[in-house]
Amino acid sequence: MPKLTIDGTEVEVEPGASLLQACEAAGKEIPRFCYHERLSIAGNCRMCLIEVEGGPPKPVASCAMAAADDMVVHTDSPMVKKAREGVMEFLLANHPLDCPICDQGGECDLQDQAMAFGTDGSRFAENKRAVDDKNMGPLIKTEMTRCIHCTRCVRFTTEVAGIYDLGATGRGEDLEITTYLEKAVMSEMSGNVIDLCPVGALTSKPYAFTARPWELSKTETIDVMDAIGSSIRVDARGSEVMRILPRINDDVNEEWISDKTRFIWDGLRRQRLDTPYIREDGKLRKAGWGEALQRVAEKVKAAAPDRIAAVAGDLACAESMAALKDLWDALGSPHIDCRQDGAQLGGGERGDYLFTSTLSAIDTADALLLIGCNPRAEAAVFNARIVERSRLGGFAAASIGAPIDANFPCAQLGAGPATLRELIAGEHSFAKTLADAEQPMIIVGMGALARPDGAAVLSAAKQLAANVGATGVDVLHNAAARVGGLDLGLLPGEGGRDVAAIMQGAQAGEVDLVYLLGADEIDMNGLGDAFIVYQGSHGDAGAHRADVILPGAAYTEKNALWVNTEGRVQLGVRACFPPGEAREDWTILRALSDFVGHTLGYDDLSGLRARMIELAPHFTEIGTAGQAVAGAASEGAAMADTPFDLAIDDFYLTNPIARASAVMAECSALAQVAAQDKEATGTHG
Amino acid sequence: MSVRRLAEEQPESFEFTPENLEWAQQQIAKYPEGRAASAVISLLWRGQEQNDGWVSEPMIRCIGDLLGMPYIRVLEVATFYTMFNLAPRGKYLIQICKTTPCWLRGSDDVTDVVKRKLGVGPGKVTEDGLFSWMEVECLGACCNAPMIQINDDYYEDLDAARTEALLDAFARGETPAPGSQTGRRSSEPVGGLTSLTGSAGQTGGES
Repeated sequence: MPKLTIDGTEVEVEPGASLLQACEAAGKEIPRFCYHERLSIAGNCRMCLIEVEGGPPKPVASCAMAAADDMVVHTDSPMVKKAREGVMEFLLANHPLDCPICDQGGECDLQDQAMAFGTDGSRFAENKRAVDDKNMGPLIKTEMTRCIHCTRCVRFTTEVAGIYDLGATGRGEDLEITTYLEKAVMSEMSGNVIDLCPVGALTSKPYAFTARPWELSKTETIDVMDAIGSSIRVDARGSEVMRILPRINDDVNEEWISDKTRFIWDGLRRQRLDTPYIREDGKLRKAGWGEALQRVAEKVKAAAPDRIAAVAGDLACAESMAALKDLWDALGSPHIDCRQDGAQLGGGERGDYLFTSTLSAIDTADALLLIGCNPRAEAAVFNARIVERSRLGGFAAASIGAPIDANFPCAQLGAGPATLRELIAGEHSFAKTLADAEQPMIIVGMGALARPDGAAVLSAAKQLAANVGATGVDVLHNAAARVGGLDLGLLPGEGGRDVAAIMQGAQAGEVDLVYLLGADEIDMNGLGDAFIVYQGSHGDAGAHRADVILPGAAYTEKNALWVNTEGRVQLGVRACFPPGEAREDWTILRALSDFVGHTLGYDDLSGLRARMIELAPHFTEIGTAGQAVAGAASEGAAMADTPFDLAIDDFYLTNPIARASAVMAECSALAQVAAQDKEATGTHG
Repeated sequence: MSVRRLAEEQPESFEFTPENLEWAQQQIAKYPEGRAASAVISLLWRGQEQNDGWVSEPMIRCIGDLLGMPYIRVLEVATFYTMFNLAPRGKYLIQICKTTPCWLRGSDDVTDVVKRKLGVGPGKVTEDGLFSWMEVECLGACCNAPMIQINDDYYEDLDAARTEALLDAFARGETPAPGSQTGRRSSEPVGGLTSLTGSAGQTGGES
């Protein structure tokens, strides 16, 4: 391990560490623009210059030079000061002084570092360069005159997002960052370039000119757009969410978030249910809470316990699901389910429905098999992690199921169970690849599990895992609520109906009342004449069909827990209050329990959480993905021969909030056009 | 230097001729598996030769597909090197060296003549489609300054009159002999040899 002296302090760093990292280890701040921990080293901004004794008599770019034994480094010498001032003067030579009208103002690296390391003037008397703005699609706003050519955005799209849209054309002063023929950047991860851009060249288009960073209240919370549960920071002004940014969480999302996570916030303002509604003469009318709850209670009491059913949706928080489960138990109905898509999971060991080896295990995996799973649409942030792993080499990936548009090399082995059987029998060449791998990973998605023979598919995957020596099967969910629901036992009780049977029953007149807790993804036409209660935040499919609407809170508006696909319990924190009369979801169920005469035994959040810990003890372990044991593969279950479908058709429109968002609608339309073009020409790019 | 963009009017398509395609495959074969992108400059150059001296947008896509390269990467290379013309050019492309030695020796006069004779701005094509011109940095023939390059050949030791004569000759369809236009051989001293005057064996009295 190299040992070197930095400003008189001796530090020891990992072999291969750069001088910049060594300086940071010594507690010295090194200004930088192009250097980024998670991207390759470019060395083109020259801001990180330092002095190394005994080397050439000139400043050294610390990001691009490896630390070596016995180096004597200065970060505060006159040479370094002069070098920094010089670089800053060059960077500012062409940078416009438009900070007052720039969205980056107040959180701009260039602004901050010019204050800290620059001088007060410039000797550049000539005209500044101006650059045409580029079209990069509906999410990224460009002001290319501000660009300082750090190329972070180009490196990010290539190395992490796995797309080759952005590039730097021309050279020298005329270098321009652009997409090929100014096409929109087509990636689920494109929004991250906004965070990466150290200046105001790439900013958020939907957020443009709406707020300044210092007037926003910042809340650290959890995303629910997929089952990954990325760590996010919600910036709100008053009652409105103004933007969503990623937080660093190496276990889950590193420091990236998907475009759906980032730009969903306009959906939080539209189509909101802000007051209870009751359907009268076929029309919904506004109502008071008492009236609405009374009406639901009447219907619940009028129906036999065997004739009421409840379905929890994909965004529901663990608290509301626990309360729903308790209420349904109290009412004596076994008809409850949290698996809108009909996934054949739950009931057995916890490890059977979790991503047991954890998401970060992909960093060291050397073979990957995806079964009925399209990570790019189902878990875009995790997909970026696969791309990064794939780029390092020594990694083989393959997929069984409907063809996926993977942006890493991924062999398409087959369409369905037949191929899986071949792999188990060892007849397929990829079985050997998996067996030879030191750390093979087998991921099963909802495309393979949300079908009648899902349990058999899971069992077959386990068999394969055992054959090739994998630690287990990893289940990749795509609903944020799912694992929490399964943990809390929102599954049909004895003789209970699952979602399909509930709908059948409703159609056949055997179910009188269906309680939808934010469930919008089932076919509302299949509910027959049943009385529908919809509790949720958005006027989507469920609310349109509902007979009573109870307005709930969106994920940014409540203190609640979600459990991600790894089984990691994560705490969501309220960033602002629900609109109008809307209430936190568990309190609605608590109030309803009063009206139906089965008062739930908790009056506050801590009471409810204590009850949840009773139901599932791991709810105490916030932030960790606890060890979970999986059951063995069961014999005898037979897989059907139908190929595996894709679980998600449209990445941008998977939930009620996304469907209310104008930005998501625009992205979805663009993606569809791009997909058609691709089909038409059959070429990439 | 100025901002380099693709021409606004682009042909529908581009394809290498069978001979060029074969040549391209040979170039690609020079590099290890998965490193085909290394051939991008050779292919762009050959494509430019085939396409009357300029690189078109369909050509960039064609080469990208051939090398398994994202189009934007090919575009980056094509816009980086000024030797790739991104718009149609005249039959004769005149590159006037404007770097210091040529400039001290009168490249301004040469430029004035070219401007006056052709009557179009840099990068534009004359109406008859014969000429276009551009200013370039040092072409490495400083001993014969000032000089210009017309297509692949150097024309050296110019002044206003000789430049005019040169352009007239090209306009008449002739191809004047390249090299010095004053008749001196390569870059020998203008006033005759000052050293190495004798034949081998007779020199070297002093050392």
